[in-house]
Amino acid sequence: MQSRLDLLRSKALRYGITLLVFAAAPYFLSSYDVSLLGRFLAMSILALGLSLVWGWGGILSLGQGVFFGLGGYAIAMHLKLAALAPGDLPDFMVWTGMDHLPGWWSVFHNTKFALVAAIAAPSLAAAGLAWLVFHRRVGGVYFALITQALALAFGTLLISQQSYTGGFNGLTDFGALFGFPLADPRTERLLYWLTLALLALVFAALQWVLSTDFGKILMAIRDGENRMRFLGYNPAPYKVVAFAIGGACAGVAGALFTLHVGVISPAMVGVVPSIEMVIWVAVGGRSSLLGAIIGTLLVNFGKDRISSALPELWLFVMGLLFVVVVMILPRGLSGIGEHWQRLHGWRFLAKFRKPSDPKQGGRTCVGCTWPYGRRS
Amino acid sequence: MAVWEAKLEMSEDLLRIENLTVSFDGFKAVDNVNFSMRAGEVRVLIGPNGAGKSTLLDAIIGRVRPSAGKVLFKGEDITRLEEFKIVRKGICRKFQAPGILEGLTVRENLVLAARPNRDWWASFTRRERSRIDKDVEEILEIIGLVGKRDARAGQLSHGQKQWLEIGIVVASNAELLLLDEPAAGMSHAEAAQTAELVRRLSAWHGFLVIDHDMAFVEQLGGSVTVLHQGRLLKEGSFEEVRTDPEVAAIYLGRAQELRCAYS
Repeated sequence: MQSRLDLLRSKALRYGITLLVFAAAPYFLSSYDVSLLGRFLAMSILALGLSLVWGWGGILSLGQGVFFGLGGYAIAMHLKLAALAPGDLPDFMVWTGMDHLPGWWSVFHNTKFALVAAIAAPSLAAAGLAWLVFHRRVGGVYFALITQALALAFGTLLISQQSYTGGFNGLTDFGALFGFPLADPRTERLLYWLTLALLALVFAALQWVLSTDFGKILMAIRDGENRMRFLGYNPAPYKVVAFAIGGACAGVAGALFTLHVGVISPAMVGVVPSIEMVIWVAVGGRSSLLGAIIGTLLVNFGKDRISSALPELWLFVMGLLFVVVVMILPRGLSGIGEHWQRLHGWRFLAKFRKPSDPKQGGRTCVGCTWPYGRRS
Repeated sequence: MAVWEAKLEMSEDLLRIENLTVSFDGFKAVDNVNFSMRAGEVRVLIGPNGAGKSTLLDAIIGRVRPSAGKVLFKGEDITRLEEFKIVRKGICRKFQAPGILEGLTVRENLVLAARPNRDWWASFTRRERSRIDKDVEEILEIIGLVGKRDARAGQLSHGQKQWLEIGIVVASNAELLLLDEPAAGMSHAEAAQTAELVRRLSAWHGFLVIDHDMAFVEQLGGSVTVLHQGRLLKEGSFEEVRTDPEVAAIYLGRAQELRCAYS
């Protein structure tokens, strides 16, 4: 019991310090890097949701971009309307010859509605899709293909309905967020802290979800759907709920991302971004929430640095990264971390600590899968 | 004791199968079978390969849909229910290949089986957790895996996995437990222990057991139903069935033939 308390304390301490360092980032990083970091932290919220869905639920989604987009467009529609004088139309509607604002656009005047919609729309869409598919006992690779097709259709729909969605260019040129001008560095800093706080909140909430029986059951369904069915569990609702949570996370991420970047367009929600999202999580280790955040930050900073130096190279690097992760590191970076920790413990810290239980610090690596992905 | 006997007399059949037929593309794996068993009974299903034993269990638990006939559980028609609903009525099955949740610990396996409310919205609360924990400890004791409580289920030996799965179906608190070859791959000593375990648990659960091993069937001590080519051939005590010439001809006789062929 004592050791468990210690562990909790040290874990809480480590999380606390990490959070503080990130919170102080605007004071020691360049403003360019801070704006990148804020953007990537927003994307990490999506990665957390995907880790729950894919890592713990075993549901591979190649269409998280859709839910990201729903959240982003909901906020963007509000910002677009907030920047207008009463009676005016958004610029792209004027260009396409619309003469009045459609009813389903004008409700986004209401700030509360837009905020609720940014979470509710993606989670309801995710729940609906998952229910349709899973209650028919379709799953696995078919679900991945269906979500991929959905991402393609969503992107195409956005582009084709130019007078309602802004088409290929998406929605941009926002003025102010709830009265704060978006271009102001102080607003940017507030937005960064808001993002960090929401990320911490989602992280804690998902940790809690995974610690409940729901998390165990979800994992058990992943490993033995039929066994669970013959224990009296109906797998479909569990998967639907998990996927809806994943959708909500993606929506929050999309909304924050739109605020950070000042634009949302079909290029950010289609097939390619959706696959990139899977790669973030795969690199970090799909059944590790912390890994999902680390993977997102690493891949995206890597993308930024590589594509600014050698723009053509990034796609190849990404492909290579995916192959390497799938072939050699099926559990991502967190797999390496766990392996190393099991093998060596926190021995480099042992100097500063009282000698611990000899049973804890063995050299055996029971259940490690790295490096060849086989369970021993 | 008198109360118990009276209860037994009053009780209707726990499981009743009426004119059940399961056919796969015209081949009748189970052919017009009538069968019933009471609560607290240990019933053993035997028969040569392809006799339809596993298919009969599949039909009871909803894994295959019968083409004709009915399955009644405590008088209620469960023939067309979804699998998880049948389980919630009180039937739980142990499959032939150990179907434990290998990624979870032994204790977690039992906890998931013992949870009374299996709907998703109940999975976020810890209601009745102390009762579940008590049940789980009791079952760990019964199946002899107390020391392995926190071991990953995937790391157990074959025999221990079989026991864990028996523990899982027992934890589900179902009134009728279906065991498909629970002693497969066990040593004689382990099989004897398993038979003892089933006999002990039969005070609380009805058991319908499939097995090939005649020594194990005898140890179980229940009455025996013989299936042959999808049809019910014979029902009776172990002695009656063992000495029945027809059964000997199709089942034991065939085993002798096989033995001759191999020797």
